[in-house]
Amino acid sequence: MTAITVTVKNFVSNLGKFTIDYVQGMGKLGLFFIKAFFYIFIPSIQIKKILEQIYFIGMKSVFVICLTGAFTGMVLGLQGYYTLVRFGSEGALGSVVALSLIREMGPVFTAIMVIGRAGSAMAAEIGIMRISEQVDALYTMDINPISFLVSPRLAASIISFPILTSLFDLIGILGGYVTGSLLLGANTGIYFAKVESSVLMADVTGGFVKSVVFAVVVVIICCYYGFNTHKRKEYGAKGVSISTTAAVVVSCILVFVTDYVLTSFLL
Amino acid sequence: MDQPLIQLIGVNKKFGSNTVLHDANLSIYKGEVTTIIGKSGVGKSVLLKLIIGLMDPDSGRILFNGTSLAEISKTEKKGFKKKISYMFQGSALFDFMTVFENVALPLMETTSLKSDEIETCVHNMLSQLDLHNIDERYPSQLSGGMKKRVAMARALVIDPEIVLFDEPTTGLDPIRKNAVHDMISNYQKKFKFTGVVVSHEIPDIFYISQRVAMLDRGRFIIEGKPEEIRAASNPVVQNFIKGIDIHRSEEL
Repeated sequence: MTAITVTVKNFVSNLGKFTIDYVQGMGKLGLFFIKAFFYIFIPSIQIKKILEQIYFIGMKSVFVICLTGAFTGMVLGLQGYYTLVRFGSEGALGSVVALSLIREMGPVFTAIMVIGRAGSAMAAEIGIMRISEQVDALYTMDINPISFLVSPRLAASIISFPILTSLFDLIGILGGYVTGSLLLGANTGIYFAKVESSVLMADVTGGFVKSVVFAVVVVIICCYYGFNTHKRKEYGAKGVSISTTAAVVVSCILVFVTDYVLTSFLL
Repeated sequence: MDQPLIQLIGVNKKFGSNTVLHDANLSIYKGEVTTIIGKSGVGKSVLLKLIIGLMDPDSGRILFNGTSLAEISKTEKKGFKKKISYMFQGSALFDFMTVFENVALPLMETTSLKSDEIETCVHNMLSQLDLHNIDERYPSQLSGGMKKRVAMARALVIDPEIVLFDEPTTGLDPIRKNAVHDMISNYQKKFKFTGVVVSHEIPDIFYISQRVAMLDRGRFIIEGKPEEIRAASNPVVQNFIKGIDIHRSEEL
């Protein structure tokens, strides 16, 4: 057998292995999501745990969402004003800021901020529980770990993400008003009139649909990586740190990918 | 002799190329404390994890009351899980929960007891294990010995029929070690549970066990009453009891 034949054979073999592993991984992730979703309702809704997670994922993210929302709106106000003024269209600033935020920036930036604040914490917490046998302890007590650890987080995120997104949008629109109208002199009445007239219900619904999908993506990816920390080559604290990093990177990428896919369907 | 409550028949377990259990056979009888001894890393903890279902054997059968655990229905498996409890070597307490919440968790999640009944059960269990005024503390605020006892309280609070203890005395001082051994022995007599203890504590385990089995190189090389183990002529057993590593001596 020649060297080229061996190389080709190894390449095909590795490609096959990669494909099988990838498809299996996707299948496991899909099952993980289906289980986590159904255990929200079965055997009963865990209201106390869901409320605790809403406080952690939602309430504790309010400050960071307000801060990033304000500055995003302010930047949009600045950039939008200086771009539109060249064409004598500064009156459209309200439309530009509101539509950019409600359709795209609000859901995406909210998801990114929650990944950084809560998603990484979820992956690390579940990862530590996994390596210290706390997840095994749940199995031995006949407590379903997905139902106990993942489902309340999923339910809380599905509730929190749209609320955080709407807060981001609102603060962002006010931020755009601060820079566009108060600092640069665009007409306040026209700014808010344009916001009101240009934003359709479909834009708001589309933004909410995105935020719900991002909530599912973020929680499932972060919890899945944490949950499978023990299967990594790296053990202990290093395994947890790598799982956490991977969870953050993969969920950020998937937020952008799903954003593109959803936008192409929603437009 | 009666039918064993739990029986392992020809159990094999490998991790990659490392064979941990090779044709392992063991019988555990109802109402007895069976202690599994053997050097570190011979697969004693793996054996407990196979019994409780945290791992599956590569081949061989694990029988509960004569029925293979691999063949029973999901409902029967759930019933089996309700009867069995596990005390982890590293305690495996939930570090974000208080002592009270840790011990109450299995009752809250798997029973329909009311909160005041759960509170009574947990407080009774904690006081029986000499754990006073620590309800609101977190595991990180406890000593190693206290963590072990809290883990034991969590294992016993559901009133299990079978309790698996994975090295319950590791890291304890001699006084606490004796206290834990006494506790296992006394509780076993009081609650009549079936105990499976993984331990290195020789000769202590001879006083608390009705049966002892020794695992060596993936197989049980001896199984019997403590006095039978002590009197065994097998040099591997004798050297383990005396603290001599015969395999290492052979290699050297």
